[in-house]
Amino acid sequence: MKLTALTLAGVFVAGAALANGVAPDEVTYGEYGAVEASLSGAEGNADKGREIFSTKSMGNCVSCHAVSALPDVPFQGEVGPMLDGVGGYRSAEELRGIVANAKMTFEGTVMPAFYKTSGFIRPGNGYTGKAAEGPIDPILSAQDVEDVVAFLMTLQD
Amino acid sequence: MIFRMMTAAAAMLALTAPMLAAGGADDDTLIINEDLEITTKAAAAPHLDGHLDEVISGWHFRDDDTQAMEMDDFDNPGMIFVDQGIDQWNAVEGSEEKSCASCHGDPEEMAGVKAVYPKWNEEAGEVRTLQMQMNDCRENRMGAEPWKYDAGAAINMEALLASVSRGMPVNVAIDGPAAEAWEMGKEMYYTRYGLLELSCASCHEQNYGNYIRADHLSQGQINGFPTYRLKNAKLNGAHGRFKGCIRDTRAETFSPGSPEFVALELYVASRGNGLDVEGPSVRN
Ligand code: HEC
Ligand code: HEC
Ligand code: HEC
Repeated sequence: MKLTALTLAGVFVAGAALANGVAPDEVTYGEYGAVEASLSGAEGNADKGREIFSTKSMGNCVSCHAVSALPDVPFQGEVGPMLDGVGGYRSAEELRGIVANAKMTFEGTVMPAFYKTSGFIRPGNGYTGKAAEGPIDPILSAQDVEDVVAFLMTLQD
Repeated sequence: MIFRMMTAAAAMLALTAPMLAAGGADDDTLIINEDLEITTKAAAAPHLDGHLDEVISGWHFRDDDTQAMEMDDFDNPGMIFVDQGIDQWNAVEGSEEKSCASCHGDPEEMAGVKAVYPKWNEEAGEVRTLQMQMNDCRENRMGAEPWKYDAGAAINMEALLASVSRGMPVNVAIDGPAAEAWEMGKEMYYTRYGLLELSCASCHEQNYGNYIRADHLSQGQINGFPTYRLKNAKLNGAHGRFKGCIRDTRAETFSPGSPEFVALELYVASRGNGLDVEGPSVRN
């Protein structure tokens, strides 16, 4: 009962807050790559974030990162570090910056920038191999990034 | 219960131990038909200084069952296409009423050719892949239609020419007139394409030996091409593979046979200088 009410309230806030969002090209990164305020203006939903993290067509973070808290997700990758406990040793601001554009935190990193819409070489239209048409959408929306950050914050040792 | 836990622990060890020890490549030896030993690891060519110390065939990153299929020509499905290539070799075609055999004799006469391609062609003033060269013979010496790039007939013939060069070291020339194309290929190799901003090097140089999702990353060498892939149950050309890898970075890719992919093939082939030709190989 209480849970449903909470979830509903969450959706409401997210919808209402879109107008306060920050566009990808306007995100301000701190000296070490952190981003202070919510990109959507709303709180993140950790359950949603868990799904984005694990789903190929969404964040697909699991293709490069392993997380013990997701024993049901097969084939966790090892291109990036294991993320167990990352919510303990990194702040939400740092994590937001890393998910939005990890290059601001780790220069030249292999990790893709998930909230970015310009500066690409031969951007494609999804996985079709064809050129992108029209304005490019970021891989994750502002709210997706917040959801992923909320999930990462649940990863405590 | 205890037994299951131990098995799981042992499986984990088995999975992680070789990765720590040898960058994910195993230590098996590739011997084809119990006779022909293939060099699958070699010291990297000088042009790879600062990038790779050792070059390793993709064979070392596949599981034992897939590896075994390449060790016997009767188990290697790629050899079926080599047989088709032999039929094509002997088939008379075109206005000149000639076959490849009319001028070149047995396919074995081509031993060593695959190992040095792509190669600069002085007369044409261009770097040619093996497929471009065969099509030149078809169009200009046989009066026949060119084969479609990286498709059925061309791949069969490439597989035949690879098979007669198995066990010979890749040795493509990168200097002289080929240097320009080679530089272009090298630049492509390190360009971070697409929305994911990944270069060939991001995966195949910085991360070979690591798993990316379910895939065990190799060095992306092409000494084994054409490759029979279990995934699509057919022979695949190098350009088709390049196309897929670039597409997977959410980029606009290039076409098989394009000048870009010819240059990239020359460069990637040169990263495998010292490895033996092992095509047609088997991969997943
Ligand atoms: C192509 C592989 C790849 C993908 C996909 C990827 N990452 Fe990463 N990630 C890396 C690498 C590599 C690093 C290490 C940073 C470095 O030093 O280059 C990293 C670092 C991180 C860190 C910092 C860890 C620490 O110890 O400070 C976090 C957090 C993170 N990634 C989260 C994510 C999330 C969330 C996603 C999905 C939205 C994701 N990554 C997708 C490769 C990837
Ligand atoms: C009319 C004669 C003729 C026919 C028919 C012919 N070729 Fe050629 N081919 C040549 C000549 C001449 C060369 C150039 C030799 C050289 O450059 O040393 C050549 C070169 C080649 C080369 C490059 C060899 C090298 O060492 O670089 C390949 C590969 C080749 N041919 C394949 C084929 C195939 C496959 C066919 C059949 C589809 C074919 N040729 C049909 C005459 C022919
Ligand atoms: C996102 C990671 C990624 C990127 C970027 C990438 N590849 Fe791959 N590539 C793979 C995976 C996964 C495989 C299959 C497993 C393996 O052999 O590594 C593969 C396989 C290959 C193979 C087949 C190797 C064999 O032994 O059969 C070649 C060749 C190759 N890639 C070349 C390239 C080239 C050239 C580029 C740059 C244009 C590139 N790849 C970019 C992930 C990548």
